[in-house]
Amino acid sequence: MIRWLLWIVGGLVLGGIVHLVSIMVLPRTATQDAYARLVALAPVNGFAVLPAPTPATASVPFMDPAFATAVCRYDLVKGPIKLAVPVSQAYTSVTFYTRYDVAYYAINDHAAGRRSIELDLMTTKQREDLPDDEEVTAADRLIVESPTNTGLIVARAFAPEPSLMPNATAALSGAQCRPQ
Amino acid sequence: MRLLFGLLLSFSVAAAIGLGSSWYALTQNVAFGALTLGAWTAYPRIGTIGIDPYARAAIARNGELPVGLGDGIAFATSTDDDGRLLDGRCSVVVRGITPPARYFTVTLYTPSGQLVDNSLDRHGFTSQELLRDVTGDFEIVVSPSARPGNWLPTGGVERYVLMLRFYDTSLGIATRAGREAPMPSVHIEACT
Repeated sequence: MIRWLLWIVGGLVLGGIVHLVSIMVLPRTATQDAYARLVALAPVNGFAVLPAPTPATASVPFMDPAFATAVCRYDLVKGPIKLAVPVSQAYTSVTFYTRYDVAYYAINDHAAGRRSIELDLMTTKQREDLPDDEEVTAADRLIVESPTNTGLIVARAFAPEPSLMPNATAALSGAQCRPQ
Repeated sequence: MRLLFGLLLSFSVAAAIGLGSSWYALTQNVAFGALTLGAWTAYPRIGTIGIDPYARAAIARNGELPVGLGDGIAFATSTDDDGRLLDGRCSVVVRGITPPARYFTVTLYTPSGQLVDNSLDRHGFTSQELLRDVTGDFEIVVSPSARPGNWLPTGGVERYVLMLRFYDTSLGIATRAGREAPMPSVHIEACT
């Protein structure tokens, strides 16, 4: 009797490990995550404006229909990326996601404080390799470090009312993300 | 032989408990650091590098891109203030004021995150579109039949999720419930 109980307790402990491992591994094995959904829509190191979400189709679930959205699928293997997103009339934000959809940095037009949101995206290694004198000139340029070599940059421009959506989309069509 | 049966028992218990609990955690949206204000719940850490493993797994599974914390914060509810499930065949009134933010949006989704189909093609309101009373409060009626004022049509779907997103706001990880964050009330009024 005791022996069977021990087997069951062992099973419970093993079950706990199975639970933790499956939760940790899932983001790396998911085939329908946001990155996978956007592979077909977003070019590498270039922005594409996503179609507005409708009840029948949406690029990713829970998109805010009051925003125009543009996505750049970045790849830093060959070098850092320069990002420039023109600011629309109402509100513009840029959010950075890792390859596994973790939002590691977000900035909006107020925080950027210019007519366009401009910054450099690089890996920690590439930042360390920056020559020292460039570090000084880079002081007025914002540098963001990406935890992964690839990922997503999502620019969103707000349309306070539906009639302003074309303006928001137009602002985003000027967005750029390209190797330096 | 006994060893074999023991191992089999152990492994089946492990598989059932381990995978069952993972499945439960993912379908029930288990995540840490919930910020609950009235009926509304947000997970501020979901938009940061400090996202917990359960939220990460849930996001990878449903494919959404969470709102980054430097951008805004998303609150959701599928119940009213008394905990009753929102039903698209009922009139639900969302009334009150919101915490300070440059803009906010209210949007109606199916539980899987699609916009709710309706003949008006209206899926939500922005803070600029809302009609307000003299005190600055707003009232949104979420119902299947037309209403004057801020009407959000449900198209008669059974279950839906209301999302309230604040952009450029100080709401975040440090926010505590109370006066700094007054959220609109959610009430089921009448069902047809």
